Amino acid sequence: MPPRIELRGISKRFGATAALTDVSMDLRAGEILALVGENGAGKSTLVKILAGVHAPDSGTILLDGVATQIGDPASARAHRVAVVHQEPRLFPDLSVAENVFLADPPKGRFGEISWREMRRAAAKLFEQLDVRLDVSAPVRGLSMADQQLIEIAKALSVDARVLVLDEPTASLSAHEVERLFAIVRRTRDSGVAVLFVSHRLDEVFRLSDRATVFRDGRHVITEVTRNLTTADLVRHMVGRAVTLFPKADAVVGEVLLEVRGLTRAGEFSDVSFTVRSGEILGLAGLVGAGRTEIARVLFGISRPTAGEVLLDGRPVHFGTPSAALRAGIAYVPEDRHQDGLVLDFSISDNITLPILARMFPRLFVRASTERRLAQGYTEQLRVRMTGVDQLVQALSGGNQQKVVIAKWLATSPRVLILDEPTRGVDIGAKVEVHRIVSDLATSGLGIILISSDLPEVLAMSDRILVLHEGRVTAEIARRDATEERVMFAATGQVGASGDAEPGLPPFAAMSRPAASSEATDVR
Amino acid sequence: MSAEVSVRPAGPGMASRFVGMLGRSRELTLGGVIVLICAVVAIQAPHFLSISNLSQVTTLAAIIAIAAVGESLVIMTKNIDLSVESTIGLVAFVVADILRQKALPGPAAWAAGIGLGLVLGMANGAIITLFRVPSLVATLGTLSIFRGLDFFVAGGHEVNLADLPPGYSDAATQSIFGVPLFVILAIIVVVVAALVMRLTPFGRQIYAVGSNAEAALIIGIRSRLVVFLAFAICGLLAGVAGVLWGMEFGTIYATSATNVSLQVIAAAVVGGVAIAGGAGTVVGAAVGALFLGLINNSLLLLQMPQELLQVIYGAVILVAVSADALIQRREQRLAAQGAIR
Repeated sequence: MPPRIELRGISKRFGATAALTDVSMDLRAGEILALVGENGAGKSTLVKILAGVHAPDSGTILLDGVATQIGDPASARAHRVAVVHQEPRLFPDLSVAENVFLADPPKGRFGEISWREMRRAAAKLFEQLDVRLDVSAPVRGLSMADQQLIEIAKALSVDARVLVLDEPTASLSAHEVERLFAIVRRTRDSGVAVLFVSHRLDEVFRLSDRATVFRDGRHVITEVTRNLTTADLVRHMVGRAVTLFPKADAVVGEVLLEVRGLTRAGEFSDVSFTVRSGEILGLAGLVGAGRTEIARVLFGISRPTAGEVLLDGRPVHFGTPSAALRAGIAYVPEDRHQDGLVLDFSISDNITLPILARMFPRLFVRASTERRLAQGYTEQLRVRMTGVDQLVQALSGGNQQKVVIAKWLATSPRVLILDEPTRGVDIGAKVEVHRIVSDLATSGLGIILISSDLPEVLAMSDRILVLHEGRVTAEIARRDATEERVMFAATGQVGASGDAEPGLPPFAAMSRPAASSEATDVR
Repeated sequence: MSAEVSVRPAGPGMASRFVGMLGRSRELTLGGVIVLICAVVAIQAPHFLSISNLSQVTTLAAIIAIAAVGESLVIMTKNIDLSVESTIGLVAFVVADILRQKALPGPAAWAAGIGLGLVLGMANGAIITLFRVPSLVATLGTLSIFRGLDFFVAGGHEVNLADLPPGYSDAATQSIFGVPLFVILAIIVVVVAALVMRLTPFGRQIYAVGSNAEAALIIGIRSRLVVFLAFAICGLLAGVAGVLWGMEFGTIYATSATNVSLQVIAAAVVGGVAIAGGAGTVVGAAVGALFLGLINNSLLLLQMPQELLQVIYGAVILVAVSADALIQRREQRLAAQGAIR
């Protein structure tokens, strides 16, 4: 029996860039094939070719052994190839039912759209998915998870032979991911061929039967997942063996920052810790444990309701972030787009933004001074760019993150708070960010590293402070830290030991942003 | 969902549900406000309820409503057509000019006028979809070009009712069972358009393109064709409005229908068509036209100071639109609080 989909020598160029080069691979009925690779490896291009959004420049697609042209999204639908795109792409003003069926609405006797039939069919689909949604309600305001489920219902509404999921878990909580995986497995078991695109290696191992790695638009390897290790996958993705988590031994100096009984009502309470020069303090915990909230108080964005902060042994009160900056505290926020960077500014303009007033007390800005300073930091952090005049929006995620760090380093901080510094960046860039963090600590900075990536916290921190629902539940030294210990403290099971909660891998619960739907329910 | 709603305390629940119901149907809200205004004005200025006043107000509103239906299609696709007033003016003049020269019989001249509107709308659509000029800029240009053509055709003259064939203006004053002919025509246009928007794939695609263009692309909707057609229909209906405009006013100048675009767009927006695209109904746009017509008429009858008329008129539009935004935000907050699942 021929594979469900066979790709032979698929190539696609966009202008001067080769997005896919001579890719050959197959996808079988009744399997989940994971497709992994760094950003720019060609995963999304392949997804769009299967969806009929892009046409390949050369090569053949065989569907059940028959050479097929997928010229446009309608023909993908006609061939029952369903694609769930990375970000839900729905119509916020239209109802749930209409979003599912808009491409091909059920018709009545005169060829008119039959709304009753549409609602009935949509309700039935969601029943099959075991999801309760009001199909007549508009999509606007629904959580990302619900929108993702609507995308899946949309995909299944065509009775798919092939289901392509492009990073479907990016914005889901652990619980929602479990529900999604159950649906995907059920779909596979009914004989559908599933292509699961992800950059989360733990999910690849949990869900997929086989895994394919792309690098620089080329197919590198396809292998039964069981026979692979994380190290194998990373090596194939990056193209060389990388040492994950480079961390130099810390030379810990005097106490820089001390926090005593810090409290902010409703967010966290009675938090105490110290950060020493040369030390990396990891802040671990589930989403919503209060880590970012602590950082915001330390940086003067919000005010504490009790407790004190001492810098060099002297109590300090920051009313504004600029006061914190002047005192030598810098905060690299989690969302680098919203809080970190001005995307249509150049690299040098971004880096000097927080210190303009300090650099140029007399009104006029000197571009040459700006560029010299930016040059220094970008070289130190090895930002890959055409020059410091390049616009930040043209950089990859990893390099953008380096520019954010450069920007805060330019303020010459003594304590640097990093909030999820590697979320959404490639493995290669991640390793570099880790190296930078380690170098900065070696140079004498005190670093607070907030991260939901458990292996990262374990590997990079000299000490780990674990929070659960706004309280410190454990402080663990580097040599004593294990995933289990951190996880138990993070879930509030203080002092317990033994196995992790069965069925829920420890990573899963930690590495998701808050579920918007759940947050809504309690409000 | 219903179970959770029913356990809420009755007081605020009732009130918010009432506000919610009003908010959900802009047409109902406006209808209620219109009745209220009519009642108040009728007491203050009895002439308001006279047949002659009412038919004059509704006939003018009908013309604006027909143009507003076309405009709302364009706005729903997240575009805008500023040139409708020039289309109305040019069509009105050309039709009158044809009739003055007796070049064509009445119905053929009307058809030519509507055809001209269609062509002008297609020109807008082509500029916007083929050359990818933002509609605000493109129709700002054609607003001026179409008006310029109007001046060129007019050559400094106007067409007086006396130059036109007898009976030219009769349609504007005719009525069936007491309902002005133009109002009946507007109702037919609105009903047909409403059915198309609700029951045909083309209608739904208009909403889809305006609601999320990228999502429309992914499910294979030909967005540019949809936008082109919306502009073509808008031009066609502006052509219809132009023909009616000539009949209504009798004497036609090269400057006829100046500043009407604002009324047409305001009617759509007051009627609940989202300026950001993707939402609203043609019925709402038509009711919006009636509402604005009544406001205008009431201000005159209530003998508001002439100098302030425009200020008050504009303020009414702002109040109507921002009240709606408030109600919608409140609705969304309630929806977020009440369990969605």
